[in-house]
Amino acid sequence: MWINSTLSSTGQYCLFISRIFSLPDRWSVFFKRTVQEISKLGIDSIPLVIIISIFMGAVCTIQMQMNTTSPLMPAYTVGLATRDIVLLEFSNSILCLILAGKVGSNIASEIGTMRVTEQIDALEIMGVNSANYLVLPKIVAFVLFMPVLVIFCIGTSLFGGCCVAIFTDMISLSKFIYGLQALFNEWYVWYGIIKCFFFAFIIASISSYFGYYIKGGALEVGKASTNAVVTSSILILLFDVILTKLLLQ
Amino acid sequence: MIEVKNITKSFEDKTILHDVSATFYTGKTNLIIGQSGSGKTVLMKSIIGLIRPEVGEILYDGRDLMKMNQKQIKEIRKEIGMLFQGSALFDSETVLGNVMFPLVMFTNKSREEMVERAMFCISRVNLSGAENKYPSEISGGMQKRVAIARAIALNPKYLFCDEPNSGLDPKTSILIDELLSDITHEYNITTIINTHDMNSVLGIGENIIFINKGHKDWVGDSKAIYHADNDAINDFVFATHLFRQVREMHNK
Repeated sequence: MWINSTLSSTGQYCLFISRIFSLPDRWSVFFKRTVQEISKLGIDSIPLVIIISIFMGAVCTIQMQMNTTSPLMPAYTVGLATRDIVLLEFSNSILCLILAGKVGSNIASEIGTMRVTEQIDALEIMGVNSANYLVLPKIVAFVLFMPVLVIFCIGTSLFGGCCVAIFTDMISLSKFIYGLQALFNEWYVWYGIIKCFFFAFIIASISSYFGYYIKGGALEVGKASTNAVVTSSILILLFDVILTKLLLQ
Repeated sequence: MIEVKNITKSFEDKTILHDVSATFYTGKTNLIIGQSGSGKTVLMKSIIGLIRPEVGEILYDGRDLMKMNQKQIKEIRKEIGMLFQGSALFDSETVLGNVMFPLVMFTNKSREEMVERAMFCISRVNLSGAENKYPSEISGGMQKRVAIARAIALNPKYLFCDEPNSGLDPKTSILIDELLSDITHEYNITTIINTHDMNSVLGIGENIIFINKGHKDWVGDSKAIYHADNDAINDFVFATHLFRQVREMHNK
């Protein structure tokens, strides 16, 4: 039973994706909507990303300082470890898990409400490919803007670590900054950005799918939002394992 | 003119429409009436192409919807206007934006021409001055009128209305009925209205199709309905004391 419903949903998702990735009816409308979605899904997420990143960067630095007390470990280890944690996992995987909650529920509830109030039926009857019209701009906008959020996240996380060095006596700022620069591997930045493309696609497409195929009323919109966030989060974690294996080995 | 010939539709093992045939005339308000669960919504969705019947023909001026591919269906839908039960206006667009939407998507007019056409449609439904308001800022009756303006923006050949009076007070319902009737005659549209509203049935019904348990049970107009010798339609239309009195007065 569970296998049947999973296979059925997977098939429906594939058909949904094939409808999304067709040529837009009007390119001018598509570009306009994409810019609107960049503002709504991307730019509006920047304050959340900054706040979370500063605090997480600071917490990482404090945790590293408290757990690397061995005299055999150089002081710059704190900066180095904080940087690698941020580059490898926090700025992409953890950030996307957080954004799955904010952006995913936003997309699922918006499209779900449009389904419940017959706005999607209205588009279909007008002859508009509703999946393409509604979802493609969201996917394109979020995938394009995600690297910007990752870069913001990296910068503000490391700034949060610097704040710990500046405002506490746990570690000196010079040693922390030396640690940030030590043994730097540029590939880690690209690794994070490559992963974020996949995660952004998962969040936008899965959330849209759950919203688009709602059956019922307002109660179902809430359920769809929850399902969208849960499924996106699980798939992000699954793809995190796969991409880490592929990209770091 | 839309002709429906011998359509049958089942969901799993339950047959909703049994061999239904009907003709919907151009320039007339064609009403589909029937009790809840009788199959009238399935009939309307089948005609529009949202549901595909197992057998039968749906002819739009001779063009069989059942034999069309997706591209042809998409094309014919540009000739269709639809008024939904809940209006289905786009929340993020103003009244003007909603009415302009089909023009933006399907015409190559300049912005000025589109605004001019949209403003004409808005004034046609007596909503001049409300063009910059959002759907959430206007009443249910006004939302219905905006939906009518959007539906006629592309000069449709066919207009479908799903319960246009639901949730409206009687006075506003009559205004909507009169507007739909006027637009139908003015632009010579094939209008199909799915309704429960007996005021509409008796007021604007020029071609009434009564669906009972998935069968077409009666056809006639608002005058003939007073003399119908069909128990099911008499029970349905003249269910209330008020309408029974209306019938008695009319038949005197």
